[in-house]
Amino acid sequence: MSDHSSLRTPSQRIAWTATIVISTLVFIFLIAPILAIMPLSFSSGSYLTYPLPGLSLRWYDDFINSPRWMNSLKNSMIIGVASTLLSMVLGTLAALGLAQWKSRFKPLVLAFVLSPVVVPGVITAVGLYFFFAPIGLTGSYLGLILAHTALATPFVVITVGATLQSFDTNLARAAASLGASPLYAFRRVILPLILPGLASGALFAFATSFDEVVIVLFMAGPEQRTLPREMFSGIRENISPTITAAAVILTTVSVILLATLEGLRRRNERLKGSSA
Amino acid sequence: MTDALLTGANASTEVPLKRRLRRAERTRQVKALALVLPLLLFLLFTFAGPIAGMLWRAVDDREVRQVLPQTIAALANWDGRDLPDEKAFAALASDILAARATGTIAIAAKRLNYALNGFRTILTSTSRNLKAQPEPGTARETLGKINPAWRERTTWTTIKDASGPMTGFYLLAALDLTRNVDGAIVAASPDQAIYRDVFARTFLISLSVTALCLILGFPVAYLLATLPPGRSNLLMIFVLLPFWTSLLVRTCAWIVLLQSKGVVNDSLHWLGIIDEPLRLIYNRFGVCVAMTHVLLPFMILPLYSGMKAISPAYMRAAASLGAPPVTAFLRIYLPQTLPGIGAGSLLVFILALGYYITPALVGGAADQMISYFIALYTTETANWGLASALGAVLLLATVLLALVYGKLVQGQQVTGGMKN
Repeated sequence: MSDHSSLRTPSQRIAWTATIVISTLVFIFLIAPILAIMPLSFSSGSYLTYPLPGLSLRWYDDFINSPRWMNSLKNSMIIGVASTLLSMVLGTLAALGLAQWKSRFKPLVLAFVLSPVVVPGVITAVGLYFFFAPIGLTGSYLGLILAHTALATPFVVITVGATLQSFDTNLARAAASLGASPLYAFRRVILPLILPGLASGALFAFATSFDEVVIVLFMAGPEQRTLPREMFSGIRENISPTITAAAVILTTVSVILLATLEGLRRRNERLKGSSA
Repeated sequence: MTDALLTGANASTEVPLKRRLRRAERTRQVKALALVLPLLLFLLFTFAGPIAGMLWRAVDDREVRQVLPQTIAALANWDGRDLPDEKAFAALASDILAARATGTIAIAAKRLNYALNGFRTILTSTSRNLKAQPEPGTARETLGKINPAWRERTTWTTIKDASGPMTGFYLLAALDLTRNVDGAIVAASPDQAIYRDVFARTFLISLSVTALCLILGFPVAYLLATLPPGRSNLLMIFVLLPFWTSLLVRTCAWIVLLQSKGVVNDSLHWLGIIDEPLRLIYNRFGVCVAMTHVLLPFMILPLYSGMKAISPAYMRAAASLGAPPVTAFLRIYLPQTLPGIGAGSLLVFILALGYYITPALVGGAADQMISYFIALYTTETANWGLASALGAVLLLATVLLALVYGKLVQGQQVTGGMKN
């Protein structure tokens, strides 16, 4: 099917052309909004319209010199990194356990562990709001970190679990038979092999926390506002070009995450290819 | 390997070895469970517990009980046919005086006002004008004089309905139902019956977005599954980049594009297609466009992996047997994509049902989905019972659909394994 000169009939050729045309339009639909917002952040004017009156970095300057925006960036980083670390520990342990555990309850436990992804954000947020308020965890970093960890851990369990599935358990057995303690075998044999899976899990976890806004809306005090939360109020009130600068910064982070993930995937495929 | 060992061993060592193996396996299982346990406990505290708490709030009804305990006790045996007896009136007067002293009248007033509009006024005016506990035998007359509403049966059935400790009131309200004065379930008054509309709207928006995603996603998934891997990997970036871009960035981008002086309107004006800017945002159109943009990757990815698993040999076989391309596509290719279509559509629909941020930012008042009302009643008006009841309905819908999705994906994995 990959060789399209083999499309013999005219109707097939028309269908294929239509597929390409429609797909191109959809690709434009997907990418254009993200590309359209970027140049506006370099505008020297204060209206979000084209053509740009001139180029400047004044909105980035505005972002960097605004304690509100910088504080939100700092908060996003703190909460993102902390919940990534916590979800990595909990998620990796659980994935290791689930890989070995044999029980008819396993699908049920797995469904429970993955459910934070499916349950609508507002429901989790409302539940946490009621639950955390009496114990003083609303308006605190700890509360947000715990909540984001709950949302991010399923992604760690999925990615690390997928890596463990392709992991050859004989290697762990070999290490044990050669006298390695379970901890030593984990550190020297298992860990290096599942590291790419762990890294992907960490990226997913960080992206989940970094992009989350519903729980932050309910639970964060003015001190804990994150970057998406600040953008939310910015969009609600009035869209100033500073928001587009924030958007470019957020998108840059996403691109870095995506590129790292793609790099890991390619490396993994190469390794698989060389071992086969 | 164990079998070989066992047959090699003589009968006397066979049993202990079997037992030893079984014991080793059991230790392994316990260790495995111990590794999963921290996450389970964590999720119990940060996820399952809070949601269970929310569900409990949907039926919890103890405010009136706490503020008017004597009244509730006096009404316990009241049949609700006539006005309650003098004892209930006296108990109410005593409760109101006590609650006035502790400042808790407002708590009961708020709860009762949900059930009967104007109850707040009845209770506060009575609290303000009741000088002291009426002389024995005159409570009925005194209260009736302060506010004639105490001579109405509805006032008293409202209190009895709210006597707790659990209630179906909020869940009924979430479905536009209520209990009438005789305790029968009836339709709520039109000014309170808005939630069926909201649920229908949520359903309709989710359905439109799912359909749009399917129409736009199908050709793209087909293209990506058909192209050679090098080129399809490159094009996949167009799907993955938006997938990884912040929801807020994408929503913001659509506002910039679609606003009245935005890029789209300016371009159309420049091209001479329109004279007046079109209204493209803060309405249903804007919500559907922005949500489709956000959810499209969730459709394309499952469709793509489904199509990738379809062997091109089937289409060649159909062609060699003389099927025209359209027939081959409709009869051979399309049926094999159905599991992917089902999985993608369900996923998009489930995610769309719970959407909050995008409609809140690019929708008008008439485009807000159920999540908006849950958030509104939680943070603005603090009607936590109703917020929880609406949440319970949304959660139920999501869980049911997720179960179907789970079955669908599981089935797919099985057939996928068989094909290989």
